[in-house]
Amino acid sequence: MIYNREIETMPRKELEALQLARLKKLVRYCYENVKFYHDRFDAEKIDPDKFSVLSDIRYIPPTTKEDLRDHYPFGFFAVPQKDIVRIHASSGTTGKPTVVGYTRDDLNMWSEIVSRFISAAGVTDEDVAQICFGYGLFTGALGLHYGLERIGATIVPSSSGNSEKQIMLMKDFGTTTLIATPTYAMFLGELADELGYKPSDFKLRIGLFGSEGCTDEMRAKIEQRLGLFATDNYGMSELIGPGVSGECEHRCGLHIAEDHFLAEIVDPQTLEPCAEGETGELIVTTLTKQGMPLLRYRTRDLTRINNTPCICGRTTARMDKVKGRSDDMLKLRGVNVFPSQIESVLMLFAPISPHYMLYLRRENYHDSLEVQVELTDGSLLENYQNLQKLTRDIHSKLKTVLGIDAKVALVQPKTIERFTGKAKRVVDLRNQ
Amino acid sequence: MLIKQLSVFVENQKGKLWEITDILRKGEVDIRALTIADTTDFGILRLIVSDPAKAEYSLKEQGFTVSLTDVIAVQVDDRPGALAAVLDVLNQADISVEYMYAFVSKAEDAACVILRVDDNARALEVLKQNGVRLVSTAY
Repeated sequence: MIYNREIETMPRKELEALQLARLKKLVRYCYENVKFYHDRFDAEKIDPDKFSVLSDIRYIPPTTKEDLRDHYPFGFFAVPQKDIVRIHASSGTTGKPTVVGYTRDDLNMWSEIVSRFISAAGVTDEDVAQICFGYGLFTGALGLHYGLERIGATIVPSSSGNSEKQIMLMKDFGTTTLIATPTYAMFLGELADELGYKPSDFKLRIGLFGSEGCTDEMRAKIEQRLGLFATDNYGMSELIGPGVSGECEHRCGLHIAEDHFLAEIVDPQTLEPCAEGETGELIVTTLTKQGMPLLRYRTRDLTRINNTPCICGRTTARMDKVKGRSDDMLKLRGVNVFPSQIESVLMLFAPISPHYMLYLRRENYHDSLEVQVELTDGSLLENYQNLQKLTRDIHSKLKTVLGIDAKVALVQPKTIERFTGKAKRVVDLRNQ
Repeated sequence: MLIKQLSVFVENQKGKLWEITDILRKGEVDIRALTIADTTDFGILRLIVSDPAKAEYSLKEQGFTVSLTDVIAVQVDDRPGALAAVLDVLNQADISVEYMYAFVSKAEDAACVILRVDDNARALEVLKQNGVRLVSTAY
C-alpha cells in the first residue's frame, strides 16, 4: 500500500521543485539558527540566499560526525530547548554519544516516513507488530513504534533480549510483523527451531529489518526459518532514525523519503558528485528537520541511487542496500567501532608491538572479531599465566572501553604486515 | 650452578618448530633438551642448547620472541624414587616447581632434570645441603 500517494508518486520534476523550495528555506534556517553553520557560511563566504538549483548544494562543505562530536551535546540544535520534545543518541564509541533532538513536528515527520516504509513493506492496521529493538536512547524501537502506531498496527513493545519469552509472545499473541536486526531475527529463528517450533506455529508474515546490513543469503535463511517476507529499511539517528528509506514489496532498492531528505552520491575521496547510478558515499540533507537540521551529512555509507520509477508506482528514488562504508568504521553486533579506537586500547599494552590486524568473521550468523597482536616482550615467556593474563587483560580492556567482545590472539613479531601506504588492518570475512 | 634456558614463543602454525630448529642448525647450535607445551593458540618452546647467547641472537634476528632464564639442572640416579627424593627436598623447603623436564645425561646411570622453581637461590641452597648433584653445564 502507498501511504502517502501524493508525495510518493509525485512526478520527479514536481518533487525536485519541492526539494529546492525546502532547501532554500533550510539553508537560511541553518544560517540563522545554528552557530556552526553561520560561522561556516561566513568563513567560506557562502551567501545563504543564493541557492537557485539543487546542485548548488555542493558549495556547502559536508557536515561530519566529528563536527557533531565537537559540538556535543546540543551544539547543532536550532531551536530553544523548550521546543525539543525528545532526545535520542547514537552508540557513542568514544565515550560521548552523538545526540539528536526532535521538535514535535520532527516526531510527526518521523512517524510519517516510518508509516510509509512499513506500508510499502505490506504492514497494515491488521498486523500485530513485535518490536525487538531495545527501547531507549537508540532510535530503532521508538521510531518504528510511532510509525506502527500511526497506521494502527497492534504493537507488542517486547524490546530486546529474553529470547525464549520473545518466542512465547510471538506465538501466543499471534505476531505477524517482526521488527529486529537481521542477526537477532536469525537468532530467534534458530532458537524457535531448537525449541521444537515450526514456522507454521507462528503467524509471522513480514519482517522489518534494519540497523545493520544483511546479505541476500542470510535474508533467505531468515525467511525460511521464520516463514516471513523480509524487508530492509535504512536510517541513522543523526538524520532522524529509521525511515530515511525502505523497501517496497518488490524489494528492488530502498525508496528514499525525498521530500524530507535530499540524497547525493559523491566520491568519498574527492567529494565530487558521482555519475547517476554510480556507487559512492551517501550524503544526506535533512530538508525539513527543525530540531537538528543537517546540511550534507556524510553518512559514510556506500550505495548508489536509481531515479527511475519503481514498478510499485512510487517515483521516489531508490538506493541500493548499503554496500559498505567509506571509512573503516566497523559495525559489530550493533556496536560501532573504529580500528583507531581499538588501536588506542592496544597501545596501552607495552608487551605487544604497535602492529595489529582485525579479522571479522560471521559464524552461525554471529559476528566475531579477532584481534591479532604481536608479542614482543620475551620476559612474559616465563610462564603461561603471564601470556594468558596479557590476552585476558587486552580482552577486558577492549570490552570496558569499547564494548566489544574480541578474541585476542598473540602472534610472533613481524608476522603482521607492515603497510607502507594506507594500512589495511581490517579483514572483513563476514560476507564471504 | 644455574644453567641458561631459552624460551621461544611459537604460534600454533605448521612449520614453526621446523623454522626454529632450522635457525639453530644454521647457527650450528646443538639442542640438548627441549620441551614444548601449548594452548590452542600458541606454545612456548623451552630449550637447553650448546650456545644460549648465540641461539637467542639468531632467533631474535629472525623475529622470534625469546627470553633467557636461569634454571636448575640436577643429576638424578636412574632408579625408582630418585626423582621423588629431589622433589621432596624442595617440598620440605616450601619451594614450588613451576615446570620441569628431563633429558639423558652423559653418565649412563643417571638422568638430568631441569627444574624451574620460584626461588632459585634457596633451591640451590637446600639441594646442595641435601647432597643433590647439580649440573653446571649441559655440555
